Amino acid sequence: MYTDIWLVADKDLRIEWRSRVALSQILPFALTVLVLFGFALNANREVLTAATSGLFWLTVLFVAVVAVQRSTAIETADGARRALLLAGIEPSSVFVGKALAIAVQVLGVEILMVGGVLVFYGATVESFPLLLATCVVATLAIAASGTLLGALVAGVRARETVLPILLLPLLAPVLIAASRAFDDALGVLAVDGWAWLGLLAGFGVVNALLGTLAYGPLLEET
Amino acid sequence: MSADAVNTGSRTTRLLGSAVLVGVLALILLGFFGAPEDDEQADAVRMIFVHVPSAFLTYAALATTALGSVMWLWKRSRWWDVVAHSSAEIGVIFCGLTLFTGSVWGRPTWNTYWDWGDVRLVTTLILFLMLVGYLALRSAGGDENAVATRAAVVGLLAAANVPIINRSVEWWANRTLHQKSSLTDGNLEDLTLFTLVVGIVVWALFFVWAMIHRFRIGWLEHQLQAVDLETALAQRRAEATAESTGEANQ
Amino acid sequence: MSIVALRDAVVLLGRFPALSGVDLEVDAAEIVLLQGPNGAGKSTLLRFCAGLLRPHSGSAVVLGHDLRESRPAVRRSVGLLGHDTALYDDLTVTENLQFLARASRIEPEEVGSALDRLGVSARLRDVVVGRLSAGQRRRVALAGVALRRPELWLLDEPHAGLDQGGRDLVDGLVAEAAADGATVLVASHDLDRALDLATRRVSVVGGTVTPDAVGGAGIVDPLGLSSRQER
Repeated sequence: MYTDIWLVADKDLRIEWRSRVALSQILPFALTVLVLFGFALNANREVLTAATSGLFWLTVLFVAVVAVQRSTAIETADGARRALLLAGIEPSSVFVGKALAIAVQVLGVEILMVGGVLVFYGATVESFPLLLATCVVATLAIAASGTLLGALVAGVRARETVLPILLLPLLAPVLIAASRAFDDALGVLAVDGWAWLGLLAGFGVVNALLGTLAYGPLLEET
Repeated sequence: MSADAVNTGSRTTRLLGSAVLVGVLALILLGFFGAPEDDEQADAVRMIFVHVPSAFLTYAALATTALGSVMWLWKRSRWWDVVAHSSAEIGVIFCGLTLFTGSVWGRPTWNTYWDWGDVRLVTTLILFLMLVGYLALRSAGGDENAVATRAAVVGLLAAANVPIINRSVEWWANRTLHQKSSLTDGNLEDLTLFTLVVGIVVWALFFVWAMIHRFRIGWLEHQLQAVDLETALAQRRAEATAESTGEANQ
Repeated sequence: MSIVALRDAVVLLGRFPALSGVDLEVDAAEIVLLQGPNGAGKSTLLRFCAGLLRPHSGSAVVLGHDLRESRPAVRRSVGLLGHDTALYDDLTVTENLQFLARASRIEPEEVGSALDRLGVSARLRDVVVGRLSAGQRRRVALAGVALRRPELWLLDEPHAGLDQGGRDLVDGLVAEAAADGATVLVASHDLDRALDLATRRVSVVGGTVTPDAVGGAGIVDPLGLSSRQER
């Protein structure tokens, strides 16, 4: 099972690395959004500081939508989805593998985005462990639900538009929880960031569990 | 097929429908003239006779959709798939009504149409968006079985995440404004409580009535597809006979 | 034991009955040629036998597994060459096949010999598949099928897009597989070539299998050994 998970994740990451989409398109996209928020909020330092966490995670959600669309496109091109089925890999392993690949990419973008908000929004980090833990847990939660919905819309004709209207409301708790945890980590608000992290983990576990169960039936529907 | 097949009504639904009409009339009388006005909220309190039953039925509909989704994934039962779809469609109406009455009530009570601090209303808003997504996915079309499976997964996702959404909004808005659960805090006048219960019963009857009609429409659509399939099969087989009678084989 | 046993199998693509009631029995080591016009259902029949589609009605057993319940088991033991090659554009030839090999629990070392058999030159093996020509791509896909040593080969137009050498390789591959006891279903328009190869020929029209139009018996029997099958 672990070898299959690794096999799928390695394949997706290799493909992404070859095509350089994450590097050459998703990352510039994320930084552009961060800069545009700066313009939209009139470069007001006070407002930007207060809004940093929320803007950061909203941008991550957009990045996640794009990353999930890419990950889905890998399998829909040239009947590759069929290859996965014929290869006989357990659907749950495919799910975890693809989710890990998405998580690695989104996490990479997040790390560079942290640099972005430090520079552009003048944010300061109070607690690095909390910051890092939030990024990891939230990203895994986002990747799990994103991978599930990615497979779900794979066969839908209007999948580019259906994916965000399903994924974004579902990720609302992640946006709330990760932003509050960041508020604590960046010293913006006096809240208990670690408690929020627990909520994020709960969200991640519930949706990852649903994903492992539902991925097989979804893959079966061509 | 009998005339029933083209009419989604029956004796039961007509009886139910009449009961709902009478119930709504009773609710209006009780709500406007029976129940006393609230000390603080004055006449605005009367909105809860619509708001609370709507919220109640929203979650009942969601539970029904979740059950239907499980049964489709487990037994591949078309019957349950149609139940899930019907219930989601009616649920989204209740959900919209909950949000509408909630914000109209909020205006005189909290002096704002929308307060982000109201945990249950914000949770319901996110649920509303998910239900809209569910129906959008349904209407995106495709293979009947594939649509059912996809929708079932989304239905389960929505139901499973409601507690998490609720918890996250609750922590976030720890200054919650919402009324404590109106039914359980025991501060309501007897007649107000009675009216509220009447409201829930009437709305529940309405839900059952609408479910039966909507289900029958869905079921008829399904049967229509079965008939279409027979035609399509006959046509497809005709291609084959046309081909072989033209050859030497007969 | 029949390798493929379909009885009145109906398969829907959306609402379209691509297969409208197929009866087909295929025994071990047979090479069956499926012929018929475009849209007759040949490709659907192959994908169905591969365990990729759910039967709407009728009974269908492939390699001893019921297609209603145990499609994953069928998928693991068949090799399907479809219209699309099911390869990842951004992986190299070797990476694509190694992925397949690892997923199917086959020694990655066998990738080299599978590519040798299909005449994929060493120069091409580290090129990403997206840069290959259509014919080269098809050879790689065939190597992927051969690599898995399936019990049932399902080939959809295996000769299409191949040069003379490639076609010869395909024929050799199929003959070799059948000699090893594998069963082969081929859909092809290249009748001259496919006829030489096939032990039996089946017409697919209107989503169903009809008695062979030309011979009236559905059997190509170059040695004249087997009895004629009346339908």
